[in-house]
Amino acid sequence: MAIFLNKDSKVIVQGMTGATGMKHTKLMLADGTNIVGGVNPRKAGTSVEIDGTEIPVFGSVAEAMEKTGANVSVLFVPPAFAKAAVVEAIDAEIPLAVVITEGIAVHDSAAFWAYAKSKGNKTRIIGPNCPGLITPGQSNAGIIPGDITKPGRIGLVSKSGTLTYQMMYELRDIGFSSAVGIGGDPVIGTTHIDALAAFEADPDTDLIVMIGEIGGDAEERAADFIKANVTKPVVGYVAGFTAPEGKTMGHAGAIVSGSSGTAAAKKEALEAAGVKVGKTPTETAKLARALLAG
Amino acid sequence: MDLFEYQARDLFAKHGVPVLAGEVIDTPEGARAATERLGGKSVVKAQVKVGGRGKAGGVKLASSPDEAVARATDILGMDIKGHTVHKVMIAETAPEILEEYYVSYLLDRTNRTFLAMASVQGGMDIEEVAEKTPEALAKVPVDSNEGVSIEKAREIVAQAKFPAEVAEKVAEVLVTLWKTFVAEDALLVEVNPLAKVASGDILALDGKVSLDANADFRQPEHEALEDKDAADPLEAAAKAKNLNYVKLDGEVGIIGNGAGLVMSTLDVVAYAGEAHGGVKPANFLDIGGGASAQVMADGLEIILGDPAVKSVFVNVFGGITACDEVANGIVQALQLLADKGEEVTKPLVVRLDGNNADLGRKILSDANHPLVQRVDTMDGAADKAAELAAAK
Repeated sequence: MAIFLNKDSKVIVQGMTGATGMKHTKLMLADGTNIVGGVNPRKAGTSVEIDGTEIPVFGSVAEAMEKTGANVSVLFVPPAFAKAAVVEAIDAEIPLAVVITEGIAVHDSAAFWAYAKSKGNKTRIIGPNCPGLITPGQSNAGIIPGDITKPGRIGLVSKSGTLTYQMMYELRDIGFSSAVGIGGDPVIGTTHIDALAAFEADPDTDLIVMIGEIGGDAEERAADFIKANVTKPVVGYVAGFTAPEGKTMGHAGAIVSGSSGTAAAKKEALEAAGVKVGKTPTETAKLARALLAG
Repeated sequence: MDLFEYQARDLFAKHGVPVLAGEVIDTPEGARAATERLGGKSVVKAQVKVGGRGKAGGVKLASSPDEAVARATDILGMDIKGHTVHKVMIAETAPEILEEYYVSYLLDRTNRTFLAMASVQGGMDIEEVAEKTPEALAKVPVDSNEGVSIEKAREIVAQAKFPAEVAEKVAEVLVTLWKTFVAEDALLVEVNPLAKVASGDILALDGKVSLDANADFRQPEHEALEDKDAADPLEAAAKAKNLNYVKLDGEVGIIGNGAGLVMSTLDVVAYAGEAHGGVKPANFLDIGGGASAQVMADGLEIILGDPAVKSVFVNVFGGITACDEVANGIVQALQLLADKGEEVTKPLVVRLDGNNADLGRKILSDANHPLVQRVDTMDGAADKAAELAAAK
């Protein structure tokens, strides 16, 4: 089962013909992802050969969907053009758009989110500024290294890319149903809550690991959601206890302003919802192990 | 990036938000000419990116050019909540103020939409208004694609219950303020107070603007708004090399890949430090994915150049990045620094995991640099780095 992505997913890549797009298309193919096309209006009708696989390039997302039955798009489009590319994916009503692009202006991400909403949210957006998602052994849509872990029964949702990798590595012997990097930007499509709900409903997931970081109140709201709706065990980790107020820590969203958004407040909220919260990634992995061992 | 008041004023003026005349100066003598240009009277306002400057004595009235020079002399160099005043704005004196309001636009992260906030209780800390009289602060969602038309502005004005005689003028200000918000790619535009003066006019007397650095590619004029005086010299040096660096006040230098992992590394070092005399992380430095030897060298150079740093912790999880490349980077970086004649005396603790970790670890072992220690778990390496910093 897994969430959002499985072996039947047909993936196209917007921005495939750029350097980053090519590099990661190759890696996704190596992980068994069924990549059925790329999108680039200027190279429509051509094709690209990657490791022996001939991948057609289409002029638009709509055309790619019509000709291939694609249901997932992964976007490596540069920030200046990302808004238009996401809007195109929304207009084509592709079920899932994974926006890897880092550095998209907030006015652009707020605009495409508002647009998606006005169109009835037919397209699930993951990201922007995220590593994408992986269902190990089935499909990989993004830049998460496919060889860290194996299929298993832990579901992972995280704001941070490298912490996703770290946690997958710590628990590699147990394995993951799906791991979703939702991104650390101020405006993101899929939230912790969306992923928690999906993992709760997924029969192949036994335990959920949730990684948050400073900024905003997404973790606090996730805690409320867990309390009311999640019956599976949840283990949490929050990064940024030592981050000073008013300084941006790498992610555009990772900034503490005033009294809100602190790691301590998030940890407290999660613990109040019955989530076991680790002090370090390694301790968090130990908590997950202990819970799975019963 | 948060702007100074005078910069906010300039942007407001550019987009038609009504403001008073004013110019910024950085020497007392400059206050004279500026005040003369304003007809002989002015308000001397400290330019600091912190609230409460009025109470701290950072805003003074001057009834003559001489007095303006005297007030500017007092205020320049003043310390306001840890911020030194380097610039003052010489502003036109406001006509008699009858009422003070509040208006702003900002991002509502929770609802993933923009938000207009407006209140007839302006002139004071808006967080206080929100806490004590939340009903006096109207919050109206604004759809990014619909924006603020005059009709939408009237809706905001009505929700905030502005008096009828100013409603239309405030609505017009809200439209121009929205233009500022969008055209400048701002994360926040705030006017406080928005004043009704004796003439009946509505004026933005003070304001805050925060800009989105991700929009710099289409906002070439924003670079000039950067406050280069205030930047920490190490942060400025890092920025010049395109490194994502934040100076902190501890002793353990930190280098890692990925914002989340580096943030986590700071925490893990701080915990480990509790057992070693309370040593703390000295910085945040994210070298990103696929860091070359040069990037590693640039990063190490910045960190080793920080006199507060006593040990360095390099924490890398190889995702797409291969650990052998990172290890080569470290070895080459130390060589680059040695070639430049910079003596490295601070110990480095390196933890490599993930993609090609075995190869990377072997490269470090073979190089056998006397200052480099390998510890293969994140928590263990943090403990070692803290211990070494405490021992220095």
